[in-house]
Amino acid sequence: MDKAYKTGSKVAQFLQYLGNTVTKRIFRLGFAARFFVAIFLQSGTAFRRLNLTLREIYFSGVLSLIIILVSGLFVGMVLGLQGYDTLQRYGSTEALGILVALSLVRELGPVVAALLFASRAGSAITAEIGLMKATEQLSAMEMMAVNPIARVVAPRFWGGVVSMPILAALFSAMGILGGYLVGVKLIGVDEGSFWSQMQASVDFQKDILNGVIKSFVFGVIVSWVAVFEGYDADPTAEGVSRATTRTVVTSSLAILAADFILTAFMFTGA
Amino acid sequence: MPQEPLVEIRDLNFSYDTRTILSGINITIPRGKVVAIMGSSGCGKTTTLRLIGGQLKPTSGSVKVAGQVVHELDAKQLYALRRRMGMLFQFGALFTDMSVFDNIAFQMREHTDLPEAMIRDLVLMKLHAVGLRGAHNLMPTELSGGMARRVALARAIALDPMLIMYDEPFAGLDPISLSIVGDLIRKLNDALGASSIVVTHDVQESLKIVDYVYFVSEGKIVAEGTAEEIKNSKTSYVHQFVWGEADGPVPFHYPAKKTYGEQLMESAVYRG
Repeated sequence: MDKAYKTGSKVAQFLQYLGNTVTKRIFRLGFAARFFVAIFLQSGTAFRRLNLTLREIYFSGVLSLIIILVSGLFVGMVLGLQGYDTLQRYGSTEALGILVALSLVRELGPVVAALLFASRAGSAITAEIGLMKATEQLSAMEMMAVNPIARVVAPRFWGGVVSMPILAALFSAMGILGGYLVGVKLIGVDEGSFWSQMQASVDFQKDILNGVIKSFVFGVIVSWVAVFEGYDADPTAEGVSRATTRTVVTSSLAILAADFILTAFMFTGA
Repeated sequence: MPQEPLVEIRDLNFSYDTRTILSGINITIPRGKVVAIMGSSGCGKTTTLRLIGGQLKPTSGSVKVAGQVVHELDAKQLYALRRRMGMLFQFGALFTDMSVFDNIAFQMREHTDLPEAMIRDLVLMKLHAVGLRGAHNLMPTELSGGMARRVALARAIALDPMLIMYDEPFAGLDPISLSIVGDLIRKLNDALGASSIVVTHDVQESLKIVDYVYFVSEGKIVAEGTAEEIKNSKTSYVHQFVWGEADGPVPFHYPAKKTYGEQLMESAVYRG
């Protein structure tokens, strides 16, 4: 009887824990959605005072250039090596340009650039907003009759959204350069075939524009997660640290999931 | 006919979920006066300030500032009211990505169309008032605790507010800075013709500068009066607080479930 009671009690405790966790997650998701709407409603300042947004584009975009360009170059170089190794088995090494370009423009450019952007800029945005909250800077702003969502959050959000497609394009361009250096200059693939096949096969709307749309969506996701996690962080050192970690993990998973969905719509059956 | 007080708090109750923070608070802040709200840490002083500033909504009761019930205002009206308030946060809350100058100019740039030359004059005037005109180019990380508090004070008075709220303005200051900040609170209040609310547990410094004191304990007003009345108060809590006695109505020992004797006995049994 006692054992059965204890087992029943543990089940009840587990169910209570489960229900509590699910309720909290749903509540937080709802808060994040309302926060997203609030950013749009409070974006007037970010557009009227462009210097605020330009400053954030500098911090999120320009300062991420090194990591994006270097990573793009290496990813392209690896694609050149791997692509050549595979293509030579079928005697079609002249298609290396197509392989490198399509891999980068359609997938690797937007996705890897977004993952790097989440780690470099997203985490920085979360930490900055979280620390502003912990040191009462956001409260001080509210008490000065300045809305922190309009003054702090919206410019950072739009700075990220604008930076992301540009960074992804630069990542792809550097990747193609890396593929060219390895494929043409190092291995000796014919330069004319490399560029001409690439030019003939890469479609502007189907490949490049879809890649830009992807990177724009990823920019929205990363920026939204970053500003929300910072704004919702517990105002302690530990809280900010957890929020920063959550930004990287959540936005990375969201990018990969969104990539699958977007790819399914964009490229399947075409 | 006597002038209407600037802040009137009536039957104010506030709770976080089931935890009661404030219970039946009544406070009046007359115009032109410096009023202190004192009490030990966690007694609800800062919550009272947040309720006055409209950052929290009362569970029941009301806070009236300049004739307006704060929790009934919409966002636009609340922001309009806050433009006439200044607040100094416990550790200054200066914007760390801006220089001292930009911190003080922040509200002027946000809320006015003043030309930059005039903003410069006003900022330097405010900094001069707190004795830090020479520090206008420094960043907040380059300031000492006392200097940061004075810069925050200059920022709080940037738009010549009618009400200035101070949240623990003396916390963590050396005796010189403490005295400077105390003097500034009084002088700026009188010079601006404003009203000030000082939330603090620094008794000696605040009693030198305030006109009236409210004592809060466990969310209730337990005593009130002028500085002299408070110093001579016979209320045991106030006496313990003012004279810094270790034991009294606020006990030295954190409550334990068992008596000291019982726990000693248990330890002896455990050791065999």
